[in-house]
Amino acid sequence: MNKQVKVYSTHTCPYCKATKQFLKDSGIEFEDIDVSVDQKAAEEMIQKSGQMGVPVLDIEGQIIVGFDKETISKALGP
Amino acid sequence: MHDLIIAGAGPAGITASIYAVRKRMNLLVISRDIGGQAALSGEIANYTGYQFISGPELALKFQEHINAFGVKLKLPEEARDIKREDNRIRLFTDKGEYLARTVIIATGSHPRLLNVRGEREFKNKGVTYCATCDGPLFKDKAIAIIGGGNSALDAALQMINISPKIYIIDISPQLSADSIMIEKVLKSTNIEILNNTKVERIYGDIFVKGIEVEKDGRPLDLKLQGVFIEIGLIPNSDFAKVVKKNNSEEIIIDHSNQTSVEGIFACGDVTNVQEKQIIVACGEGAKAALSVFNYLSVHNY
Repeated sequence: MNKQVKVYSTHTCPYCKATKQFLKDSGIEFEDIDVSVDQKAAEEMIQKSGQMGVPVLDIEGQIIVGFDKETISKALGP
Repeated sequence: MHDLIIAGAGPAGITASIYAVRKRMNLLVISRDIGGQAALSGEIANYTGYQFISGPELALKFQEHINAFGVKLKLPEEARDIKREDNRIRLFTDKGEYLARTVIIATGSHPRLLNVRGEREFKNKGVTYCATCDGPLFKDKAIAIIGGGNSALDAALQMINISPKIYIIDISPQLSADSIMIEKVLKSTNIEILNNTKVERIYGDIFVKGIEVEKDGRPLDLKLQGVFIEIGLIPNSDFAKVVKKNNSEEIIIDHSNQTSVEGIFACGDVTNVQEKQIIVACGEGAKAALSVFNYLSVHNY
């Protein structure tokens, strides 16, 4: 079953780009949220992750900060 | 066995890889990311051929360029140690180890820490080292940019339309950035420059609420939500224990990018090259690859 994945990012951030590319390459569908234009989403991201750095991934409620390939792969499961 | 392994894919490593692949070397590039520190720049206006390009866009161009030449790239993978064995170089990474005739170290640099109270505690909670990445999250928030060089002013200029109030906190009596950037900063109405000013503490609750600074020996308390630290770079040279370095931990190279160890070359911001500029790093990368080519020819590989 496909997990629900959200990526909070800014359009300028290279690590966000790398994260999204990694998901695309892995065939994972995700909701792409640009927090630089969506202030409400930015607040949601800060509240969920307790911090202000991007990217932030929300994989079925598991919050991952930064482009951490291994943790992301684990959270996505087999 | 590889003719050449390049560690790092910033401007130096990428340019080296393009030169090397065109010389038909058996090549591998390992890197943490593509574009390195350059990918984190806001506005780049001193890279020949582009009157204006952003860091992320330039990194994308780099990626397209190496893809077009079919450069073999392992990403993300980081160098951990390097040794010379017989006539070969062994490179250890976080994923494994490789044997090559030559290695080019192009691992670049990372932001210098301010080393004040609260910096670590509030990292990503108001303290950031990447204005390009995190800047938009400080919309309508007052911020301080620590530093007075090109990177600091680049961060300030990225933030002028996002943040209502920007302090530039510079420890020196005068900003050291390029004049053209200083002029832009002086023209903007929401930037206040504090020279001769030292940060004493970053404070807050969950997130940053302000900083305590000392200006001309007098304490000041600035209420703000963001602290952007742009006070220079430290070379990523820890893993390269075997090569000679200077007091700033920069790898010492000669005019042909040779390090103190035969077969190990280095280029870009990780070295003692005078200027840390994207275009200089690119030039150094080209030089390093051509030096490797000569080295391999001389040794009949």
